[in-house]
Amino acid sequence: MKVKELYDFLKKAQEAKGFYFNKDRKRVFELLEGLLTNKERYGYMCCPCRLAAHDREFDQDIICPCAYRDPDVAEYGSCYCNLYVSPEWNAGTIPNAYVPERRPLEKRFPP
Amino acid sequence: MQKCHVQLYALSTCSHCKDTKDLLNQCGIKYDCVDVDKLDPEKQREVLTKVKELNPQCSFPTLVAGDKVVVGFKEAEIKQAVGVA
Repeated sequence: MKVKELYDFLKKAQEAKGFYFNKDRKRVFELLEGLLTNKERYGYMCCPCRLAAHDREFDQDIICPCAYRDPDVAEYGSCYCNLYVSPEWNAGTIPNAYVPERRPLEKRFPP
Repeated sequence: MQKCHVQLYALSTCSHCKDTKDLLNQCGIKYDCVDVDKLDPEKQREVLTKVKELNPQCSFPTLVAGDKVVVGFKEAEIKQAVGVA
């Protein structure tokens, strides 16, 4: 799949659920390239900003959109990667601040 | 003259890591970088142990400048750590 196809597919599917891509299109495309790289490497679209364990079950929580996206967008206006953001983040009405890692510590070391 | 050695632990696919590399390049800082996702499993375990010592959160990017460690793309902190603030 090409990055533009992935962009169009996810944009439509995720906007319907109330999640929006960052307005920084260059960043979004780089992150989507990362997802495609990880799909090729691991067989699943693991979060590009986290280290994958190459174990689908172990990495289930960080397959994009990750299990932490919804609470991170709710609390900070953005997911950990700044791929999915809230309308307020894109409008600049909330600070575009650093989003801390929410994944539990024990999950950050491949088994 | 750069005041200290700068080491970056990063992921090749990560946007925050890329931002950090871009910032260091813009500032003319020389640095060594390990893209941890590109290492073989054995070397990766070894490097992760080191990253965990430096940054117990074991997240990326982790930047080491002399005795300072900056976790995440935090522009002001990075500039201060590498001495260009």
